[in-house]
Amino acid sequence: MAATDTAMDPHVDAHHHENGEDWSGGKEPFRISYGKLMMWYFLVSDAFTFAGFLIAYGALRFSSPSWPVPDFVFKTAPFGIDNVPLGFVTLMSFLLIISSVTMVRGVQEGHRENKKGALIWVLLTALGGLGFLSCQAWEWTNLIATEHMSVTRNPFGTHTEHGVYLNPDGSESKETFINGKGYLIHKFDPAHAGGESHGEGHGGEHVAYEKGDHPGYFMDAQGFVHRKFKVTEGADAGKVKMEEFGPRAFGALFFFITGFHGFHVLTGVLILLIVAINIASGLYVERRNGYEMVEKIGLYWHFVDLVWVFVFLVFYLL
Amino acid sequence: MSAHLTYEESKKRVFFGLYLLAGVTAVEVFISLLAKGHIIEGLHEYLWVLYAGGLIIGVLSAYKAYFIVFEFMHMRYEVKGLAMTVLLPTLLLVWAVIAFFQEGSSWKNRRELIKDKNAKPAKEQVAPKQQGHLHTKDIYIPTGILG
Repeated sequence: MAATDTAMDPHVDAHHHENGEDWSGGKEPFRISYGKLMMWYFLVSDAFTFAGFLIAYGALRFSSPSWPVPDFVFKTAPFGIDNVPLGFVTLMSFLLIISSVTMVRGVQEGHRENKKGALIWVLLTALGGLGFLSCQAWEWTNLIATEHMSVTRNPFGTHTEHGVYLNPDGSESKETFINGKGYLIHKFDPAHAGGESHGEGHGGEHVAYEKGDHPGYFMDAQGFVHRKFKVTEGADAGKVKMEEFGPRAFGALFFFITGFHGFHVLTGVLILLIVAINIASGLYVERRNGYEMVEKIGLYWHFVDLVWVFVFLVFYLL
Repeated sequence: MSAHLTYEESKKRVFFGLYLLAGVTAVEVFISLLAKGHIIEGLHEYLWVLYAGGLIIGVLSAYKAYFIVFEFMHMRYEVKGLAMTVLLPTLLLVWAVIAFFQEGSSWKNRRELIKDKNAKPAKEQVAPKQQGHLHTKDIYIPTGILG
């Protein structure tokens, strides 16, 4: 193959063939190898699996009167950053986009039979994937260990009325909120004397909460402090209510969908590393097919990026 | 990359792709935060802003998906028949999205309807057709039938 020709398809005259002639046998009518074609069809089936998950998410979200506010749920980042809505997940997106670009470069260098170039770009792609996975690991750890979300419990709720929070003694506080504002039900941690397990959101108060029903809050058996508030507008104005857990499905959907995507990334990183070893060993030079295996893992890797576009859309942006 | 592009041109095109995808993602995040009132205070109280923002973000995401499939995955340079066998089946998903989101809102409406009806005094309630899992106190028995 000439150095200037980086085409995927060596049959440049593909479109000049008469219809029917291609299908008479002995040729590849789609001008693509069996392996690449089957990778495409695997990706189609995988797209349907992901679509099933994401559509289930959409249907459940539409069926719920309130839903956790993404820019409230996803505003934390490592190193104590606590108030940058969508900042960390945007960084994760950039990582995946960059790794997609390095993947394209790897495929191009593979076409030129440039062993060293292909190896470097494939390794950089794996590195990008590892970076993404590390970010996801931090995100999950934060949600599970710090914010106490699980597949069956969702401490992230959203107010459906305007109101004002009550102090622990039942008097009205200065902290007001509006319809649509997100809240996080904190778990009381007695180990932190007079504090909560998670410092933000309570206006800096330090109260030793006790289990049971109190004028200003209710602490359930597991130690979650449901703050009470007074509704200030609407049909229920004047009534005292308490923060309830958010839609239960949110935790399960989040962990299953981002987990399924993360598992794809992990698989991709492992295959990229195997491909890198095979490039280094000179296996693909022997095969003389323009490093086709790099193209196949490339298709898979771009698909993982493609799915993230939609996971990012429905979980974080909307 | 296309057979018509030289190596240098295809390299340039790849990095153009990087700026494009990163730029579109940044714009999406900006619009998302704008529509939710993080950039201009109070903007999120207009419901149409939220919907318009969502629509724009959806279109931009579809564009990103198109770019990844057609440029990075080289679908643009494949035989038309191959592209059709991959793209046409995914069109089914358009209907799935419409149908299931409609279904989701229907669940919500029905739950609200049941809640409203339960809140009404017993005599205004309509007799349930099935009495399977209801508690006795919830069953409406029209006066006169039992004498």
